[in-house]
Amino acid sequence: MHEISIPINDETIRSLHAGDPVELSGIMMTGRDAVHKWMIETFVKKTREPQGDDLQVYEEIKKYLHQGVLYHCGPVVSGIETQDYKFVAAGPTTSIREEPYQADVMKHFHLKGVIGKGGMGAKTLQGCVDTPAVYFHAVGGAATFLAQTVQKVLGVYKLEEFGVPEAMWVIEVKNFPVVVTMDSHGQSKHALVDESSHQVLDDLLARPY
Amino acid sequence: MPDLTSEILELIRRTSSSLPRDVEDRLRVAIEKEEPGSAARGALETILKNIELSRANSTPICQDTGTPIFYVHYPEGTSTRKLREQIKAALAEATKRSYMRPNAVDAIYDKNTGNNLGGDDFPSIHFEEVDADQPLVIELMLKGGGCENVGAQYSLPDNKLGAGRDLAGVRKVVLDAVQKAQGKGCAPGILGVSIGGDRGSSYIKSKEVLFSKMGTRNEDPKLAALEERLTQEANEMGIGPMGFGGQTTVLDTKITGLHRLPASYFVSVSYMCWAYRRRRMTVRGATVEYD
Repeated sequence: MHEISIPINDETIRSLHAGDPVELSGIMMTGRDAVHKWMIETFVKKTREPQGDDLQVYEEIKKYLHQGVLYHCGPVVSGIETQDYKFVAAGPTTSIREEPYQADVMKHFHLKGVIGKGGMGAKTLQGCVDTPAVYFHAVGGAATFLAQTVQKVLGVYKLEEFGVPEAMWVIEVKNFPVVVTMDSHGQSKHALVDESSHQVLDDLLARPY
Repeated sequence: MPDLTSEILELIRRTSSSLPRDVEDRLRVAIEKEEPGSAARGALETILKNIELSRANSTPICQDTGTPIFYVHYPEGTSTRKLREQIKAALAEATKRSYMRPNAVDAIYDKNTGNNLGGDDFPSIHFEEVDADQPLVIELMLKGGGCENVGAQYSLPDNKLGAGRDLAGVRKVVLDAVQKAQGKGCAPGILGVSIGGDRGSSYIKSKEVLFSKMGTRNEDPKLAALEERLTQEANEMGIGPMGFGGQTTVLDTKITGLHRLPASYFVSVSYMCWAYRRRRMTVRGATVEYD
């Protein structure tokens, strides 16, 4: 078991390999579909003019993301009305939806890792090699369990605009359990399982009914 | 007619936070098949801890509290209009209490309504009338988006898979759907399969079959045999919990048949994640039972 503190340096990232169990501690930020689209359009490809508090939010999130970790998660949060936020349920969401954006987001913000579930594709794997960064897989659906590793909610961005699941929540976690499934050396557990299961499928399709 | 809002709220709390025992039992069998120290076993250990914690704390098993799908079997003479209002009120309250995540997003304007209510179709409520002397039964299923996204519909024949318009063809496309899903639907999953119908009725039916208990087999021996075979063959693919590689990819398969047009032969696969949240309440006079 590797115990890793956020922010993470490149040397630590290079020491990780697909299959390694890791526990993460420190400050991370959540971000999923709306956030990735917003980041790419407004700050990476600049196809959309910054609006409202976009530039101010950008400056603030940069410091969390630099050598940091982005968590694909749309949490259940209590205390919305009183702003006394507490993470009630916070498992990972399916990451593959961010495949068109992830590698560019990693490079732009100097991310060292993303956490999600289900794995990602070839473009993100190349992003892991180039940045360097890794993909951490958390256990999908284990939302109450994972929420208990969240010690504190430090803040939230774009809550009104994106809604609770899609907002950027800044959280402090302790011993957040994950498995590295895509590493900075170009290895992906997901690609291996996809390939081996496809071979079995071909055999099964050839079997008589 | 009594106001059942608080009883329906309790149904939602139980469904979101307490996994049915028959599902949990299957997961406890599955963990014994995985190698000690493997990522697959680690995932199942975390899943089992999470099931206990969420039940004890009345917190959601999964943060994606899903599409709320209600099936209401109401005795003749009951007001479905009032029941609909009570279900909506209970859902808004459940969201306030964090049993549910605000999950209804306007698809055109990208705005989350904040209370799980949106238009006429969110939540999804199906009404079915029963005789006046029967109890009122409300079933609830919460189906998350991750597993919903890996559902698939095939129009047979499918040349690429060599799947014709018969059960042999059905077997092929279901196995293909499992391989494509990998771990993205939060494996180990449960398959709801519907054969026939039109595109709409076929998908609806593939979810309806998921209301039955684990291990419930179709009465038709041919379909029962295919259910067993598909579960076993899906597991041969070795995708495993979370797609980490392992012995258990599918916990159970449920198949049903519909009538179809001569021109159409649809096979719909609804993939249910391991967080297979379904509960039922039965109202007889002043007594409410939950299971």
